[in-house]
Amino acid sequence: MKLKEIVEKLALEVRTKNVALDYDVKRGYASDLLSDVLANANEGDLWITLQVHQNIAAVAGMKGLSGIILINSREPEEATLRKAEDEKIPIMVSKLAAFELTGRLYNLGITGTGNAAKGI
Amino acid sequence: MLLKEFKADLHIHTCLSPCADAQMLPDRIVQQARLKSLDIIGICDHNSTENVLAVKAAGKKTGLLVLGGMEISSQEEVHIMGFFSDDQSLRLMQEVVYKNLPGENKETVFGEQLVADEHGKIIGTNSRLLIGSVNLGLERVVALIKSLGGIAIASHINRQAFGIIGQMGFIPPGLGLDALEVTAEYSLSEIAEYEKYNLPLVKFSDAHFLQDIGSASTVFSLKALEFSEINLALGSVEGRKVKI
Repeated sequence: MKLKEIVEKLALEVRTKNVALDYDVKRGYASDLLSDVLANANEGDLWITLQVHQNIAAVAGMKGLSGIILINSREPEEATLRKAEDEKIPIMVSKLAAFELTGRLYNLGITGTGNAAKGI
Repeated sequence: MLLKEFKADLHIHTCLSPCADAQMLPDRIVQQARLKSLDIIGICDHNSTENVLAVKAAGKKTGLLVLGGMEISSQEEVHIMGFFSDDQSLRLMQEVVYKNLPGENKETVFGEQLVADEHGKIIGTNSRLLIGSVNLGLERVVALIKSLGGIAIASHINRQAFGIIGQMGFIPPGLGLDALEVTAEYSLSEIAEYEKYNLPLVKFSDAHFLQDIGSASTVFSLKALEFSEINLALGSVEGRKVKI
C-alpha cells in the first residue's frame, strides 16, 4: 500500500516537507532501541517508534526504511526533521499508542518482517 | 611540573539511588575508596546530587578527591554523567533536572532514596522518581552540563540498557561529550567500535554496593589532584592522560 494511502487511512500527520509519500509499503518494524533497528529492520520497513532524536533519521536512512511513524502524538525535534528531509525519509505523527497503531497497520495488510523465517 | 598517576573511580552511586544498597553511606563510601587505594571518586546518583556534599565532607580530611555529579537519564533513556567543579553549578544543574523530572518514587517497587549526612546518618528521603528520565533531549543534557563548565561522560556505553549506543544506534556527531565510559566487562576486542568516536575511554565501576567500589578504575596522569586537571587529562593537554 502506498504510504500516502496509509497516511489518509490512519489520519497520520506528516511533519517532513517535500518528502515523497509514494513508497509502496509492505512491511513494518516497531522498536525504540535504535541499535535493534539497525540490527533487525529490513529495507523498506515502515518504522514505528517513540524516539524523536535526530538519530532516527540517520538510522532510517542507513537502513533504507520507507518512513517513520511517531506514536502518542510525539513531535520530532527540529534537527530530526531537517535530517529526515535530507535523507528523504518521511516522518509522520500518530495520536495512537504503538500497540494500537501496529494493529491498525496489520489490518491494512502491512505485516512484520521476521515471522516466516522463524517458522511462526 | 611532573605528572603523577592517580587512580579514579568516578561512577559511584549512594543510598540515594533507589537501585543502590542502603550501606552506600557517605562515610562508608569514603572508607571503602581508601581501602581500594583510590585517589579520586565521583558521586553520581540517578538524577540527583543530594548526597554529594555529604560525601565531599566525609572525604575532606582523607586526601581523597571527591567529584560531585549526577547520572542524568535523558529523554531517550540514555545515561549521561555530569561532574561539576563547584557547588553552585551542581545546584543549578539539579534545579533544571528536577524541573524536568516527572513522577514520584514508589519505594516498594524501585527502592528507598535515602539522604544521609557525612557521618552516615539518614537525614531524609527523596520522593521524586529518580529512576525515571528527564524531559530533556540528549543534546540539551550535554549542552547544559558543558554550559556550567562540567564534564560530560556517556555512561556504560558497552551495555545495552541505558547506554548511548544501545539506545541511539551510534553516538550522534557533535554531541560534545568529554569521554566514554565502559564497565568492568569491557574487553579490548570492542575497541574498534569505540575508537571511531575519537573520545577518551574511561572505565569505572558503576558501584551500587560497597564491595563494587574500585572494581573498575582509570588511571589519570595529572599535575595536581584537582577538578580542572581531570578535564585537562581527558583532553590530553600537555602530556596529561587517562589509561584504562
